[in-house]
Amino acid sequence: MTTVTDTPAPGNTPDKRLPGDLAIWFFILAEMLAFAVFFASYAFARANNVELFNLSQQTLNRDAGALNTVLLITGSWFVVLAVQAAHRNDQRAVPRNIALGFLCGAGFLVVKVFEYAAKFGAGISMSTNTFYMFYISLTFFHFMHVILGMVILTILWFQARKGVYSSHDAHGLESGAAYWHMVDLLWIILFPLVYVMR
Amino acid sequence: MNALKNSAHRAWIILLVATSITWYLGEVGAAGTLSIVAMLAIAFVKGRLVILDFMELRGAPLMWRLLLEGWLILVSSLILLAYWISLK
Repeated sequence: MTTVTDTPAPGNTPDKRLPGDLAIWFFILAEMLAFAVFFASYAFARANNVELFNLSQQTLNRDAGALNTVLLITGSWFVVLAVQAAHRNDQRAVPRNIALGFLCGAGFLVVKVFEYAAKFGAGISMSTNTFYMFYISLTFFHFMHVILGMVILTILWFQARKGVYSSHDAHGLESGAAYWHMVDLLWIILFPLVYVMR
Repeated sequence: MNALKNSAHRAWIILLVATSITWYLGEVGAAGTLSIVAMLAIAFVKGRLVILDFMELRGAPLMWRLLLEGWLILVSSLILLAYWISLK
């Protein structure tokens, strides 16, 4: 018979810890792979249509794109602060920071809606050309992820107000936070790729 | 200065500075190999900060760090390859 020891399995030692639930990380990884395919498709499609992509890219609103990067980065930062607050049992700061993160997401959506309205108003659609097909589908796919992230933040906010998250257990909060950071991470690649690189 | 001891605050400030650099490169109409490499490098550094300091994977099991950071390397390499092809 083998003896059962108290030695934790490698990678599960307290100092090596994956925040949140394991399942959310597999979900995040799947989402990231989907976006990786999307990003690579854009880049390789561009290689065949450099002039068209460079010309069409000029019509995008870089200021709006950069402002949205700032909003997502700041929204992510607030949610990190919410997790940190839970870890030090600061029950009031948890929902407050989640709400601030949510507001940053809402700001992102507002900016994006204005951007879409300007493009659609100018008669641009998915069928205008390959660049706009990618621009609209990529950013809209990401847009839906921002909305899902905000739904998750809403659930976290209600839970946090009940005082669910503490240094004892913040798994749910950490899982939702990880998803929200993924939305930020994807935009960090998307913005330079679609709006700036030429 | 005390605030900078929190890695999240530090990451947030670096991310904002990096974003403004990318925005500025767009404003001056930077194009070509050097600017593409610079923007990809900036995006890589930003992505890594989000993974390590926001997602808090700095202290995670090695496999998960490798998976997420590996994704970043994969995406940047594919984009770099496609742009390199386009410059030929």
